[in-house]
Amino acid sequence: MNFARLPQPALEARVRQTGSAAMTAADAHRTILAVWRIEQPRLITSLARMLRDVPLAEDLTQEALLAALERWPATGVPEKPGAWLMATAKRRALDHLRRDRMLERKHEMVARDMEEEQQAMPDLDSALDDDIGDELLRLIFTACHPRLSREARAALTLRMICGLTTEEIARAFLLPDATIAQRIVRAKRTLSESGLAYETPRGSELSERLSSVLEVVYLIFNEGYTAARGQDWMRPQLCNEALRMGRVLTSIAPHEPEAHGLLALMELNASRTAARTDAVGEPILMLDQNRALWDQLQIRRGLQALGRARELGGADGFYSLQAAIIACHAQARTAGDTDWSRIAGFYAELAAAMRSPIIELNRAVAVSMAEGPQKRGCRSWTASCASGRSKAITCCRAFEATYSTSSAAMRRRVPCSKRPRCWRTTGANMIC
Amino acid sequence: MRFMFIVKSAHSGPPTPKLIEAMHKLADREIKAGRMLDSGGLTPLAMGAQVRIANGQLSVLDGPFVEAKEVIGGYAIFELRGKEEAVASATEFMQLHKDLMPGWEGTCELRAFAPTGP
Repeated sequence: MNFARLPQPALEARVRQTGSAAMTAADAHRTILAVWRIEQPRLITSLARMLRDVPLAEDLTQEALLAALERWPATGVPEKPGAWLMATAKRRALDHLRRDRMLERKHEMVARDMEEEQQAMPDLDSALDDDIGDELLRLIFTACHPRLSREARAALTLRMICGLTTEEIARAFLLPDATIAQRIVRAKRTLSESGLAYETPRGSELSERLSSVLEVVYLIFNEGYTAARGQDWMRPQLCNEALRMGRVLTSIAPHEPEAHGLLALMELNASRTAARTDAVGEPILMLDQNRALWDQLQIRRGLQALGRARELGGADGFYSLQAAIIACHAQARTAGDTDWSRIAGFYAELAAAMRSPIIELNRAVAVSMAEGPQKRGCRSWTASCASGRSKAITCCRAFEATYSTSSAAMRRRVPCSKRPRCWRTTGANMIC
Repeated sequence: MRFMFIVKSAHSGPPTPKLIEAMHKLADREIKAGRMLDSGGLTPLAMGAQVRIANGQLSVLDGPFVEAKEVIGGYAIFELRGKEEAVASATEFMQLHKDLMPGWEGTCELRAFAPTGP
């Protein structure tokens, strides 16, 4: 896709024509990264299949990206950039296998495969045909391996699945580039050295491992969601990356109710993005938000995902229950229409499934809203506060400040960034 | 960043079966990749109408409209990282038309949604 300036009679419109003069370096760089992100999952999964090694596949696909960055600014983006990147990446993989004499047999096998695939290469249609679902799932499971820390899983996921650069990940997490680079290198080394570089969990292990994946996706989402507006755009961008991951997971693991539940929770929470802050970036509590700014397309998608989770028998899942609560808010036309009894019921289920002071508190508020502040809600709220560890007490104080049932106190704002960490991971999104 | 892709063409006939198949595959891939949020095709102009204001007069005009040249045939809504990704995506979509329906001419216009909120 080369960019040429053509004379326009009336407008100075820029016409980009494919296959002509050279584009500027910055344009080229951005275009290449955009193409790269679309193609990367297919590249890395194909190479992982050849090499039986995900971290190595990731290294070699990066080399294909470097090759494109070197060549395309001069030659222009090829007509079928995906096929170009794939051919280049596979050549690197083949070179790697050739260097490794121990893998002679594998080499022969791959060479045969490649010959067949290369015959089909010019056909764009075949690229579209390539169903990468299982391989992609393997890739995600590898990046989110429980042997890795949550932080390492998040960084590796953003790098290998979302195609973010080390610099972008660092900016998103407000950390130095070197820290993220080291985190990724170490995580990849851990995978390679532990023999976990290419494995897919099956049977009962699958659900267990899936929860590790969902946890990472939700961590990425919340990292973006708690970032106020006006900061570096990379942080809110994390929400979109997590949403995208959620959508990918529901398409490649369509029978897992909690994958749909998490997607529902993220879509529904993200639907309020435009309404969550005022003009100077201060958070606005959910009940005070202008509901006309809620994103109806996203709400519809969230409700669909929640419906799917329920159809699959997952109505009582951790994410599905939280999504059900947010769905009650999303479906209320005004704050006054909120079905607090239903919300309180979902909180009761959530509390039965997981002991957490935050859930107790949220439940107490919902009960108070449903029945008035003098009823049992306040008693259970008080009980939760009294029983808690220091973390819980901190939460209670912040909670009390934000979410008192008196309408004047309701308007007090507690910036998202100042909320206790435990809030941010469980139930804090219920507030704004 | 949300984008709407609007496909316009002067061609009135349906796409070739090969193109339809390839577009389905592409759409399927884009949905699974979490990028495409919504899409739809539009029926011919004869089924539509225009409600317009000109010279201070409000009028309703039933389709088909004789002056229409390029007609909107369909739309899709994408959640993408930026304009470059939108251009790359639309280019891939249009490449299918170039390869699988020779002689077809048209435009895929991509427009970023205006941000809502304060």
